[in-house]
Amino acid sequence: MFRIPRAAIGACIAIGAPCAAIAADAGNAFNPKISLILDGQYAHYSSEAEAEVPGVVLGPETEFAPKGFSVGETELAIESNIDDQFHGWATVALENEDGDTVVALEEAYINTLALPHGLALKFGRFFSDVGYQNHQHAHAWEFADAPLAYRALLGNQLKDDGLQLRWLAPTDLYLELGGELLRGDGFPAGNDGEDDIGASTAFAHVGGDLGASNSWRLGLWHFDGKASDRRSGEDIETGFSGKSRISGLDLVWKWAPNGNANVRNLVLQAELMRRSEDGTVVSDPDGAADSSAYNGDQLGWYAQAVYQFMPRWRVGLRYDRLSASNEVANPVAGTSLELLANDGEDPQRVSAMVDFSNSEFSRLRLQFNRDESRGGDAADNQVILQYIYSVGAHPAHQF
Amino acid sequence: MKLLRTFGLAFGLLAAQPASAALKVFACEPEWGALVQALGGSNVEVYTATTALQDVHRIQARPSLIAKYRQAELLVCTGAELEIGWLPALAEKGNNPRVMPGKPGWFEASRHVTMLEIPAKLDRAEGDVHPYGNPHIQTAPANIARVAKPLAEKLAELDAAHAADYRAAQAQFDTRWQAAMAKWSDKARPLQGVAVVSAHRSWVYLYQWLGIRELAALEPKPGIPPSGAQLESVLATLKAQPAKLVVYAAYQDRRPVDWLVQRSGLAAVELPFSPGGAPGTDDLFAFFDVTIDRLLRGLAGSKP
Repeated sequence: MFRIPRAAIGACIAIGAPCAAIAADAGNAFNPKISLILDGQYAHYSSEAEAEVPGVVLGPETEFAPKGFSVGETELAIESNIDDQFHGWATVALENEDGDTVVALEEAYINTLALPHGLALKFGRFFSDVGYQNHQHAHAWEFADAPLAYRALLGNQLKDDGLQLRWLAPTDLYLELGGELLRGDGFPAGNDGEDDIGASTAFAHVGGDLGASNSWRLGLWHFDGKASDRRSGEDIETGFSGKSRISGLDLVWKWAPNGNANVRNLVLQAELMRRSEDGTVVSDPDGAADSSAYNGDQLGWYAQAVYQFMPRWRVGLRYDRLSASNEVANPVAGTSLELLANDGEDPQRVSAMVDFSNSEFSRLRLQFNRDESRGGDAADNQVILQYIYSVGAHPAHQF
Repeated sequence: MKLLRTFGLAFGLLAAQPASAALKVFACEPEWGALVQALGGSNVEVYTATTALQDVHRIQARPSLIAKYRQAELLVCTGAELEIGWLPALAEKGNNPRVMPGKPGWFEASRHVTMLEIPAKLDRAEGDVHPYGNPHIQTAPANIARVAKPLAEKLAELDAAHAADYRAAQAQFDTRWQAAMAKWSDKARPLQGVAVVSAHRSWVYLYQWLGIRELAALEPKPGIPPSGAQLESVLATLKAQPAKLVVYAAYQDRRPVDWLVQRSGLAAVELPFSPGGAPGTDDLFAFFDVTIDRLLRGLAGSKP
C-alpha cells in the first residue's frame, strides 16, 4: 500500500499552471502517509457470566468489549516507501487494559517492492496471510467482533514476528502461493524462546471473476506451531505445552451489478478451520498447578453475508459455530481443564448488523448478537453500537 | 516439504511460459485502453481494468485485476490520485516492479494536461477531494490529444522495435482528432452558456471546452451521496437560477436524478463519461460524437 509519489517539482514544470501550489508543500512532500483510526462502542450484554467457551482454552485478549461506553483500539498507521526497493509500515495501537492505556506495536514490517519473478518478501511483525479475515485490521471487519472460530482458535487474529515469502503466478487466473516462518509468540503458538522458529504457515489463494458482476477468492492454509508453557486467562492462568496445528479453508464471493459497487453490492464470506492440539495443559501453573495430558480437535466455521441496499447503507448477517472433540486425562472440576474437557456444547452465535458510512472515512454500526458461545441453553443477547473513523490518508483496502 | 516441491513445480511450469510478442498494457480506464489500442494496433495487448459502468473512484482490488497487474509491461492510468483507493492495493499484491511509479512501465496521463479545480485547501470536510485537481480529464478531447503524443513516445520507448509504427499512428491519429475536434466544437455551439446540474463533478473539462455553466452538483461534496436536504437545496438554487439539463453518468445512482427531474422539469442527460458508457461508444471518436449528440438532444427536449 504505497502512495503514488509525484515528483512535485517535475510535475510543476510539465504542467505549468499549478506550480505555486505544488511547490509550496514540497518541503514536506516526503513525509510518510499517516492515518489514525478512531474506534469505539457502546456495548450491552444480557449475561454477566464470564465469557469463556467450552471445549477450548481461549487466548489472551479475547474477552468481549467492556459493557457501556468504551474506546476500542486507537490505531496510528504510518507508511512510506523507504527507497526504490523497500516499503515500510508500522501500526501503533493505543488500547485500554484494566483502566490503563497501553501502547502496543501492532504491526511493524518492511516489504520488498522490486523482487523479480512475482516474488515478494515481508519481514518484521505482521498479521499472517492465513485465512481471509486474518490480515484485515479490526476496523475493516464487517462486524464489530471477530468470528467465533477466530476468537477461539486464533486468539482473534494470528500475528507474529517473522518473515513471509509470496509468489504470484503470471497467469490470468489469480494464483498466489506463500509461506511464513514465525517466532512463535502469536497464539495458538507460545514458543517462549525455546526454538528459533516456533511456528510456520503455508497458504494458497486462487481467484477470478465470473462475468462482469461476480468475483471470488478461495484460500487454503495450514499453521504449525509449538507451545512451551503458553499462558492465557485473566485471573487464573492456564498453560499449554505441545503442538498446535490448524488447517483452514476460506471463500469470499463479491457481487456488484456490472462491477459497480456504488449503489448495491453483496459480499459473501465463509471460513472453516480445524485445530489439532497435542500436549499438556496446566491449570493455574503458578498456584494449584493441576496438570493433564490433552489431545484435542476443534472445528470452527462461520458464514456471513453483507448487503449494501442503497448508497451508504448495509445490512449483514453472520452465523458462527464451534465444535470440539477433546481427550483430557485429568479434568479437575472447577478448573480450565474441566472447561476444556466439556466438548459436547457446540457453542454458536447469530449476529445481525446494519451500518451507515457517510463517506469512505466514516462508519457507524449497530450490531445484535444472540451469543450462545458459553455453551448450554443460556443465550447472551448483545447489542453493540460502534463507530469507526479514519483520519488522514486515503485507505486502499485489499479484496 | 511436499508443499515446497509443488510450489517449485508450479513455479517452473508457469515461468517457462513463452512471453507474448505484443506489449502487455494495463489501462486503468477505458479511455486510455482505447487510446493505447489506437496508437498500438497489433503491437499491443491491452487489458482495460475498469468499465464506464463502474465508479473508477471505488474499484475493488479484485484477484483478476491483481493477476493482470502482475503481467503488465506498461500501466496507463489517469493518476492524480483518481485510483488511490485501489491501485496501491494492486501494487501491494501484484509483485510487479516493472510498472511501479517512477519506473519506465508507469504512465500517468494527468501529468500531461492542465489540471482544473486544484483545491486551495485540503480538508476532508470538503469531501473526497483530489489534491492534484479534478482527475476526470478525459471529458475534453484536447486532453486526449495532449496525452496521445507522450503516450506514443512511451510505447516507442518500451517497444523500440516498433517505435516508428507508434509515432506514425500518433501523427495519423492527431490529424483525424484535430479535424474531429473542429467538427465537435462547431456542432456544440448551441451549448455555449447553457446552465446544467451534474450528479458528480465529472465534466469540468467538457464544460470548460464547450462553455457550459455548472450551477450545482447533486453530491454535496465529492464522494458523498446526496441526501434529501441537499437535493432540496439544489432545487431551491434552480428556482433562483434556472438550468436546462441534469447530467449524469451510467454508473451513477439514477434516483437523485429522477427526484430532481420530477420536481424541476429539467431534462436528464445520461453521458457515456468514458468509452463504452453508452452503446456504440467503444472508440474515442464515437465517445465524443455521442456525448455531443446527447447534450444537444437534451437541450432540444428541455422546456424553455
